[in-house]
Amino acid sequence: MTDTTANAHFFDHGGDAHGHHHDADHKPGFFARWFMSTNHKDIGTLYLIFAITAGIIGGAISGLMRAELMEPGIQYLPTWAHMWGQPAGNDAALHLWNVLITAHGLIMVFFMVMPAMIGGFGNWFVPIMIGAPDMAFPRMNNISFWLIIPAFLLLLGSTFVPGGTGDGAGTGWTVYAPLSTSGSAGPAVDMAILSLHLAGASSILGAVNFITTIFNMRAPGMTLHKMPLFAWSVLVTAFLLLLALPVLAAAITMLLTDRNFGTTFFDASGGGDPILYQHLFWFFGHPEVYIMILPGFGMISHIIATFSKKPVFGYLGMAYAMVAIGVVGFVVWAHHMYTTGLDVNTKMYFTAATMVIAVPTGIKIFSWIATMWGGSIDFKVPMVWAIGFIFMFTVGGVTGVVLSNGGIDNYYQDTYYVVAHFHYVLSLGAVFSLFAGFYYWFPKMSGRMYSELLGHLHFWGFFIGVNVLFFPMHFLGRQGMPRRYPDYPDAFGYWNHIATIGYMIMAGSMAIFFINVFYTLFAGKKAPANPWGEGATTLEWTLPSPPPYHQFETLPVIEGGDHH
Amino acid sequence: MKSLKSLGFAAALAAMTLGGAASAQAPAATPATTSPTATATTPDSGQAPATATAKDSAAPAAAASGGATATAAPAASKIPEFNKPVPGIGQPTDAISLQPQFTDIGLFAQRFDTALIYIITAICLIVLGLLGWVIVRYNRRANPTPSRTSHNTVIEIVWTVAPVLILLCIAVPSIKLLARQYSTPKADLTVKVIGHQWYWSYQYPDNGDFEVVSNILTDAQDKAKGEPRQLGVDARMVVPVNSVIKIITTSDDVIHSFAVPAFWTKMDAVPGRLNETWFKVNKTGLYYGQCSELCGARHGYMPIAVDVVTREQFAQWVAANGGTMPGAAKPASSDATANSPISNPTATTANPEPGAGASTTATENTTAAATPASQGATTN
Repeated sequence: MTDTTANAHFFDHGGDAHGHHHDADHKPGFFARWFMSTNHKDIGTLYLIFAITAGIIGGAISGLMRAELMEPGIQYLPTWAHMWGQPAGNDAALHLWNVLITAHGLIMVFFMVMPAMIGGFGNWFVPIMIGAPDMAFPRMNNISFWLIIPAFLLLLGSTFVPGGTGDGAGTGWTVYAPLSTSGSAGPAVDMAILSLHLAGASSILGAVNFITTIFNMRAPGMTLHKMPLFAWSVLVTAFLLLLALPVLAAAITMLLTDRNFGTTFFDASGGGDPILYQHLFWFFGHPEVYIMILPGFGMISHIIATFSKKPVFGYLGMAYAMVAIGVVGFVVWAHHMYTTGLDVNTKMYFTAATMVIAVPTGIKIFSWIATMWGGSIDFKVPMVWAIGFIFMFTVGGVTGVVLSNGGIDNYYQDTYYVVAHFHYVLSLGAVFSLFAGFYYWFPKMSGRMYSELLGHLHFWGFFIGVNVLFFPMHFLGRQGMPRRYPDYPDAFGYWNHIATIGYMIMAGSMAIFFINVFYTLFAGKKAPANPWGEGATTLEWTLPSPPPYHQFETLPVIEGGDHH
Repeated sequence: MKSLKSLGFAAALAAMTLGGAASAQAPAATPATTSPTATATTPDSGQAPATATAKDSAAPAAAASGGATATAAPAASKIPEFNKPVPGIGQPTDAISLQPQFTDIGLFAQRFDTALIYIITAICLIVLGLLGWVIVRYNRRANPTPSRTSHNTVIEIVWTVAPVLILLCIAVPSIKLLARQYSTPKADLTVKVIGHQWYWSYQYPDNGDFEVVSNILTDAQDKAKGEPRQLGVDARMVVPVNSVIKIITTSDDVIHSFAVPAFWTKMDAVPGRLNETWFKVNKTGLYYGQCSELCGARHGYMPIAVDVVTREQFAQWVAANGGTMPGAAKPASSDATANSPISNPTATTANPEPGAGASTTATENTTAAATPASQGATTN
């Protein structure tokens, strides 16, 4: 650890192009700082900017989809397809729909939530929280970020090349064979697959970096059982990434060879099996949903504790609940495949195993409430997001218990009930935790305070908007509306109309968010080292806001006793 | 491809198939749909063109069925349709409930689902109540001095064990439901459901192995026939009421999913596999479903319409399709035995139960021969 700090000094002395002062806040020039960055905070900032950019694109795509779905019938798709330069033809317009759903899913999962949670907040705050000067492998950290840019460009570029019935990959984010193999001629799906490869490689490198950093670079005295829960959550997430992403890489490589080199891994006529792809995909895909939510769990724990001015309730239970979720998350994948023709014993097993996840999740929910219990709660913006998270995640969680039942799932599989469920845990779970974390740490990262008023307005607009948007989807699903449909029987029109109104409310609140961000950056008050008071006990609040370019040149020492 | 298939279909069933030439479109999309070449670049364009011998459709290579029934005899006769659509029955409404169920499994599952709704609503209300309480009682003004409590072993055990008990209570009926779904009674009728891009076809191996090709109607046709938009089809799947219908699903191209919400039935149609499920409908009527696995551009345009009829009506419908009822005299033509309905030699059965699994194979074999004895008497 001390070596890393010494190296930083060494490079400072050696860099003659830059000034000769060697204080901790010495920064390289613009290009070297942002394009060749090895500083975890700068890379974290890059990740956050990237995630916000991708989120705008992914969110805009969902706006297109909600516009089309607002009324029964096809309203806009042919026009959009024409604008996109597609050949006239109904199938090209309908293909565009599938491209939109695919892009929305992939962008939000791989290019918004993951980069923001792990690349953004993980990079920024894991080293600081464990008292380390930087990540263990700063240059690998750099390549992790710069792999995700071409990955994103490949995905966006795939929409300009043929993908079967029109341009772009229209396979859904799950890329099921054989729709993604024999069902999608043209290079679009190949480009999307390569995009996932690069994003996956980026995440694997990041995971290696986090595991090494957390295991080896904690400050003296910080045992694993004294480590802040956000670092715990990123540690568990990094293991999930490390174990799950290679399986995805294998599966989509097999897709590539099936598509291009005549193999038949997923083609029954050559002895393969399309269901094999689904097993491989969901062996990755289910841990993936925990990858998207676990860092959020960590952030919420800190925010709840900070603004209740109390230590986290049941710290060890919280940490090991995340470990349990991570472990069990690997043995429940086939609950995504209940209607594929699994045998009855398999379905019974996956039903039971899936339900087990509700137990550690329940521990977390109740521990958060117990943390607030007896506290002196300050309803600052991050706290209202965190409280919103707890309730919305509970709603998404209990519908997950409904869906875990293999027999019930015969009805709900591939309906809007599933769409409602995973948007409650992701769009109202993961995204709420992202906003909570953003408002919690933005003063630390930027050195400026945002407007509390605008933050609260953003919260209420977003909270109302997403609930109006997603809650009616439960009703649509219960009436049997299938997912991934651009048009639907007229009976579904009522709730779809309301859902689109919810989207508009949500989109309006996002305008407030961006106004607030720009207000903060250009006119925000200077933030103190610890704007949140006595409840904020983790190490980032001991540093100035923003932290110096190189922190902890003298390592902090964690005293004995119960840190939490 | 689509147009070729539809033309073949129209030739066979002239009165029925005016809608077959184009999938249903919303008005705004209509200009695009009038071009018969619109689908020329679809992945299935490499399939063999429709042939006059509809039986070939069962062979894997000739994926695109001509759409004609197994025997050409009834080409001129109108295939009867029995039940009219009834709002709220077998089709969606803007209600927040489940669709009404018409199978015993569905009724059981619906009761279970209702119980689950109560449980999850109670859990949400408990969490909401606790949150409300801490917000009111433990805010900065009401409680200026925070406690330092961070452990309480008893309460931690309680909130671990309580969910376990709740989940056990859920697991018991859940497992029971699964067991019921998988204990197929002796089938009265087997229907082989084949998904195609983008229509369904239904083969009746017990009844002379004729095939029904089912395409979506246009909006105008739906309106003319009084069917709900997006759900009407030109040729329905017809099954007798109060009979155990064994469904065998497979696909010609990509994965589709055969789903009828009112029966609590959903089974993916996977190329190269034979998946089996079953239902026994308690009430005659017309029940709709929609393809439930993303299958390409027109995924939203291949609805399922199941006409559940009396056994007499079913016999009438079978006769109109040129099929035979088991036990009746075999058709003179040999074509009923000439072709196997098994769509793919690499098919596997997904049903795990030794009895049911074996019976799947047996069904395939016996129905391939179209012997009247297969699966017993259908209409008794």
